[in-house]
Amino acid sequence: MVFLLRRLCFYLAAFIAAATINFFLPRLLPGDPIQIMFSSAGSTLSPENLKALKLTFGFVDAPLWQQYLTYLGSIFTGDLGMSIKYFPLSVTSVLGRALVWTAGLMGTATLISFTLGTTLGIIAAWRRGSKFDVIFSVSAIVATSVPAMVTSLVALYFFGFTLGWFPTGYAANPALDPAFSFEYIGSVIYHAVLPIITLSLVLTGGFVVTMRNNMINLLGEDYITMGRAKGLSDRTVMFWYAARNALLPTVSGLAIAIGTILGGSLVTEVVFNYPGLGNTLYHAILARDYPVIQGQLLIMTLAMLTANFIVDVSYVLLDPRLRRA
Amino acid sequence: MKNVILGLLRNKKALTGLLILAIIVVAALAAPLLTGFDPARRVGLPHQPPSADHWLGTTRIGQDVFARLIYGARTSLAVGFGAGFIITAVGTIMGIAAGYKGGKIDEAISFLTNMVLVVPNLPLLLVLAAFIGQASPLVIAIILGGTSWAWGARVTRAETLSIKQKDFVKAAEMLGEPGWRIMAAEIFPNLVSIVGINFIGSVVFAVITEATLEFLGLGDPQTVSWGVMLYSAQNASALQVGAWWDILTPCFALVFLGTGLSLLNFAIDEVANPRLRTGNSLARWVGRTRAGEGRL
Repeated sequence: MVFLLRRLCFYLAAFIAAATINFFLPRLLPGDPIQIMFSSAGSTLSPENLKALKLTFGFVDAPLWQQYLTYLGSIFTGDLGMSIKYFPLSVTSVLGRALVWTAGLMGTATLISFTLGTTLGIIAAWRRGSKFDVIFSVSAIVATSVPAMVTSLVALYFFGFTLGWFPTGYAANPALDPAFSFEYIGSVIYHAVLPIITLSLVLTGGFVVTMRNNMINLLGEDYITMGRAKGLSDRTVMFWYAARNALLPTVSGLAIAIGTILGGSLVTEVVFNYPGLGNTLYHAILARDYPVIQGQLLIMTLAMLTANFIVDVSYVLLDPRLRRA
Repeated sequence: MKNVILGLLRNKKALTGLLILAIIVVAALAAPLLTGFDPARRVGLPHQPPSADHWLGTTRIGQDVFARLIYGARTSLAVGFGAGFIITAVGTIMGIAAGYKGGKIDEAISFLTNMVLVVPNLPLLLVLAAFIGQASPLVIAIILGGTSWAWGARVTRAETLSIKQKDFVKAAEMLGEPGWRIMAAEIFPNLVSIVGINFIGSVVFAVITEATLEFLGLGDPQTVSWGVMLYSAQNASALQVGAWWDILTPCFALVFLGTGLSLLNFAIDEVANPRLRTGNSLARWVGRTRAGEGRL
């Protein structure tokens, strides 16, 4: 319990840090921060709306610390301001819609790559030095250093444009109305297949490498020898003695990997023109829609912190030593 | 140190990685000798497929893709190694200081490290780059260096903690050697493989991230680099019009460089940590017996 409370406090501090970056960045740059942030707003926003937007970002006639508190106040009341590009939508509603798509994409891809990567890592470590190990561990390490956009672009070119097996953009057929119909859901799944496969390809390598290294370091332990001496089958020793313990660091590694996953999904969404957070961020950058850009950082940080917290909780469940602390 | 280098020269993966890296470095340095075209100028008709004149075809505005490829390697290598150096230097110094000094310094550095680790890197970089405007490769390298050192610091700290307990460090302390000397001359040399892995990993990361930022349109579109090549090709709808050479060339280049560097990284890991080795059956057998001896 104490452990989890400590983590929660830490995550709160990290979130405030991200908000602080948002607050100071436009103010630290040379030039007028209001000019920098809202120069593109003149055409879409009315003067009253612009005033409200300035208030949200703490541009009030007061000393800096009061401006800072005003900004923190608006964030903690869930007010991220209005989007300049998608006016009159608020940043929260723009990002909320996008978040659903990203969560679906990321969740599925993480699940696939975690399961696949971990299993491959276990087998590679168990048959260390075999052809299987050499092929999979080398290709895994190479896969970790291929940028997500390269995988996405190549997949899009071959399976989207050349072979025409999969759609080349959007999350569903734009001609269909969103509904819980068989047709619409089918179209959503069909559109998600290629992005999910590419994302999984990008992510699997990392899981293979960490799992293999953890396993190999554990295979020399006494209790493994003990398990074998008891005459247990290879399969039992491999999965119930070694893999169970080797999984622990992988789970904590997952917490750090979530950042990479976010980055990977960002680029993949842009390439596949998929309406998630990444693509929204991309279009916000093109339009210099700073409220949305800054809101993105907060939402993505929040997503990462939540994921980290879930990993922390599962770590407590998996590792009894932490429960007593 | 010597063992690490000797081990690397005997490792097939390391040699392949070094060869790939050497090819790219030589092509980048010898770019003016390999092509007569100016990478930034229009030198031919738009979107010509590969031919004897233009080995890898031309872009939509008629630039030579091969010239852009080898001149672009200069940017990727410079940003990769420059940012990789900053990331590793900051991470190593922070990690050793935190691990060796302990106490308040450790708490402060660890807190900062964990903080940087949980704020997602790419969105943060995008926000920074968006405010800066069209970021030049140098600016990208500096932001990367400033925001990406945390992982290295954490790993280095953990390793320093275990080295700190060794007898030779205690001996140096009893001889009254100053703290900075112990950190630089006693602890650092024992971290060589970790620092090496961190460095190459950071180079890969910097190359990928620079290309990603530029691909997303946050770089300076006038630079000649692989990321900008991807950006312009994507903007020119190269895939839709079937100009595969325009977009697959920088893709291939990034994969080639990434493969070389990661093979090298894998090899350092194997040399430093013999248990991870794959190798042939004899090496496997030797490895197993050794692992057995260590345990029994």
